[in-house]
Amino acid sequence: MLSAMILLPLALALLVLFLPGDEAAKARTARLVGLGTTLLLFAMGLVLWAGFDSSTAAFQFTERAELFGGLFSWHLGVDGISLVLILLSVFLMPLCILAGWDSVKTRVPEYIAAFLVMESLMIGVFSALDIFLFYIFFEAGLIPMYLIIGIWGGKRRIYASYKFFLYTLLGSVLMLLAMLWMVREAGTTDIPALMAHDFPVKAQTWLWLAFFASFAVKMPMWPVHTWLPDAHVEAPTAGSMILAGVLLKMGGYGFIRFSLPMFPEASVQLMWVVLGLSMIAVVYTSLVALVQADMKKLIAYSSVAHMAFVTGGLFAFNTQGLEGAMVVMLSHGVVSAALFFCVGVIYDRLHTREIDRYGGVTTNMPRYAIFFLLFTMASIALPGTSGFVGEFMALTGIWKANTWVVFVMATGVILGAGYMLWLFARVMYGAQKNADAAAMPDLNRREWAVMVPLALVALWMGIYPKPFLEPLKAPVGSLMARLERAAPPQTPHTPIVAQSPVQLASATVGDAK
Amino acid sequence: MTLAQSLSIGAPEVVLAAGALVLLMIGVFRGNDSLKGLSWGAVILFGLAALTVIDDAPVRELAWNQLYVADALSSFLKILILGGAAAAVLMALPYMERVKLHRFEYPVLIVLATLGMCVMVSANNLLTLYVGLELMSLSAYVLAAFNRDEQRSTEAGLKYFVLGALSSGLLLYGVSLVYGFVGSTEFTRIAAGLSAGEGRNMGALFGLVFVFAGLAFKVSAVPFHMWTPDVYEGAPTPVAAFFASAPKVAAMGLFLRVALDAFSGMIADWRQLVIFMAIASMLVGALGAIGQSNIKRLLAYSSINNVGFMLIGLAAATASGASAVLLYLVIYVVMTIGSFLVVLALTDADGNAVETLDDLAGLARTRPWLATALSIFMLSLAGLPPLFGFMAKLAVFNSAVDAGLWLLAVLGVLSSVIAAYYYLRVVKILFFDPPAGVVANGQGGAVVNNGMMVAAAVFCSPAGYLLLGPLAQATRLAAGSLF
Repeated sequence: MLSAMILLPLALALLVLFLPGDEAAKARTARLVGLGTTLLLFAMGLVLWAGFDSSTAAFQFTERAELFGGLFSWHLGVDGISLVLILLSVFLMPLCILAGWDSVKTRVPEYIAAFLVMESLMIGVFSALDIFLFYIFFEAGLIPMYLIIGIWGGKRRIYASYKFFLYTLLGSVLMLLAMLWMVREAGTTDIPALMAHDFPVKAQTWLWLAFFASFAVKMPMWPVHTWLPDAHVEAPTAGSMILAGVLLKMGGYGFIRFSLPMFPEASVQLMWVVLGLSMIAVVYTSLVALVQADMKKLIAYSSVAHMAFVTGGLFAFNTQGLEGAMVVMLSHGVVSAALFFCVGVIYDRLHTREIDRYGGVTTNMPRYAIFFLLFTMASIALPGTSGFVGEFMALTGIWKANTWVVFVMATGVILGAGYMLWLFARVMYGAQKNADAAAMPDLNRREWAVMVPLALVALWMGIYPKPFLEPLKAPVGSLMARLERAAPPQTPHTPIVAQSPVQLASATVGDAK
Repeated sequence: MTLAQSLSIGAPEVVLAAGALVLLMIGVFRGNDSLKGLSWGAVILFGLAALTVIDDAPVRELAWNQLYVADALSSFLKILILGGAAAAVLMALPYMERVKLHRFEYPVLIVLATLGMCVMVSANNLLTLYVGLELMSLSAYVLAAFNRDEQRSTEAGLKYFVLGALSSGLLLYGVSLVYGFVGSTEFTRIAAGLSAGEGRNMGALFGLVFVFAGLAFKVSAVPFHMWTPDVYEGAPTPVAAFFASAPKVAAMGLFLRVALDAFSGMIADWRQLVIFMAIASMLVGALGAIGQSNIKRLLAYSSINNVGFMLIGLAAATASGASAVLLYLVIYVVMTIGSFLVVLALTDADGNAVETLDDLAGLARTRPWLATALSIFMLSLAGLPPLFGFMAKLAVFNSAVDAGLWLLAVLGVLSSVIAAYYYLRVVKILFFDPPAGVVANGQGGAVVNNGMMVAAAVFCSPAGYLLLGPLAQATRLAAGSLF
């Protein structure tokens, strides 16, 4: 099943490149094939979810083939953490294809092929159970994304594509050396076996730092986040959606799959590095977001701030923190993709992302305004939306680890409300400054088709998150058991016990006497 | 050991030597029109030689009074050399016709150079090494100047000759020093002599430095790399493809044997040299390529860069390091030959070769498959996953980590990031830039060349990983014969 999910989009990507006919016919067929394939993969993802047993932390749907001469193996499988991330990927992909349906007009077959390859690699990253296989999938994603940004991107696309590629590559190569050392030390390339291997505490620090270099760039964490705004601004809408929606999650996934279970001692030792950077990131990038004049850049900076909640939650070393971090990732995946799509909708009409060029859009695009408002609220983490569940859980978790960190990070929630509401106010309310912005038509059918599923999922996760939390319980539980021995600091738990009114009254009466 | 036994052990060389003379005779009597027949004849000859190699059971056999050794390592390298040489002969045919250069000497010279390379990898004596090296080099000098009416080609030939002669001199001087201070030129006796003596043999150390300098020149490792960009640029493209593939294999294989067999007692001494050359080659190769505008010069720097990575495996001085070098060589040869096949296919409307990178702008719009193939080769040379070139880099880094050479490993991965920049630049020019419209919309070119190009591209693509099993087994076996 997992192999099929990886190989099917690859095969169809090749097929798309060989389509017959003239330019227009090719483009039409390619889009249809792309949509069909991604929908099929979504259905396969749902089958995976239906057949998944949430009660165990063990990897399921495992497949193993010794294809590579014993150096490493084709070993796949999912646990709850990878399952939800795969679901996120296959859910977003058809929407990405739809998002670029009309706006991408040149080299459509290649465009569709790049996205299909991307999807295959994303599923590969989240399901690889061999450390080198993981690295190959993890790094391979750079090439299609480089092409997506470089070919279909905006004006500074070339600079952005280089920066994206080299930045991420530089982060990852040290991780490769760490992996080689680990494989030599543990004598296996199996991720489950490595997760159970106790590496010497001294070496853990180095290994942790090497992995951190890679995941922190991917995440991205302050101060290595600078590639993200450039990449987002220049990427086409669908590229931004997939970048924010899924690619950033690979960093978080890496922390939870590698750094925490494989180097528990080092993680605890270095937790302040992560918490410190997360605190800076939340405040700093929120403030930077506040002053952006470019909508995409604003949302890109807000992504960095949201990812800081993820890293904070992960390094709180408790169940709420870990589960909260996962939910923030899922929620951010849906909401930021939706926000980038919202920007894309008006960008397609006016070809500018400058906030000043818009104003009073609510008047001529009321339906669009409703969706934009919903996603803005979800991004602010209003109760009832997906954002609230995750951020609340993550902050609760961090509270247990350290109250002061929450004090700083919570300002991010306020600042987040600030920049998002201000963005909304400037774009959607006020006077209609420009005639062309006032003449923009409301959502068409295709845009509805993208907005509705995103909105439904954002609300579903906000109102009834249990189905998404359910698969996370068991793997998070086993991760907690693994972290136990490193004895992470937690604020002592002082339960407030409610006393019965009668006892209370008698006690007071007794005192009075 | 009788002559007959020696002849049968040295069968590949015998076949090549006799065949070269026959081809030369045919060429002399039939003239330049026989080029096509001679080329296919050379390929058949390579096939025959390969058959005699494969027949060899991988046991270590000495012949010609211990001058010559046939073992798993030499068999492995010979097959790779013969394959690379065959590709170089075949890919030249359409080119020679296009530029009106059909001279029958081309396949004959390649066969002679190949014979030299086979002798090199089977050398068990510093003098056999020298004879093989010179046979290869002399043929190569002539090949570099093959387009003798063109200034650049003759310049390349002359430059190669002068610098090559210098390096041969260094090598010979080193050989004489080793002979003087150790008492033998035979590899096994050198190894025995070095480990027998008390303390450090300073004279032999001097000799070693000179021998390594001569070998470094042949693999074009920094600081002996200066000739490479000029020769690659000036020599006819198929000749450059040949230089970048088979001779690199032979010289690197020889390097392995000399370092790990003859000088196995001085690992701590030569390791410093190799580490320096590895780091310098990786950095010079990566930084030097950034400013290049000619794709052949770019490929020259790329080969310097890749040699640096191979030397990491040598510096490890372990069986896993040697087998990593061999795996690297296989993948490198395919990537390089593939890249040159693409360069050969690039012509403008008048059939002139297009070599500047700017002229390749937007090739993805006009010749999408050619652009895709070149991108695969470039990204594979950069060692980016999921392409097969990644496996080569992974193997050498693994051996460095195994041997505890952390500085080398870290500098290696960092320089691979620098190198990724210029490989990506080629992809950017091909895919992102507006079409320059210089490269003609050819009808697809020669069938054989296209077939080789597709095969090489598939090998470098992720599909190559499926071959990893047999490849790893073969390299392990070959490397095992050194330890």
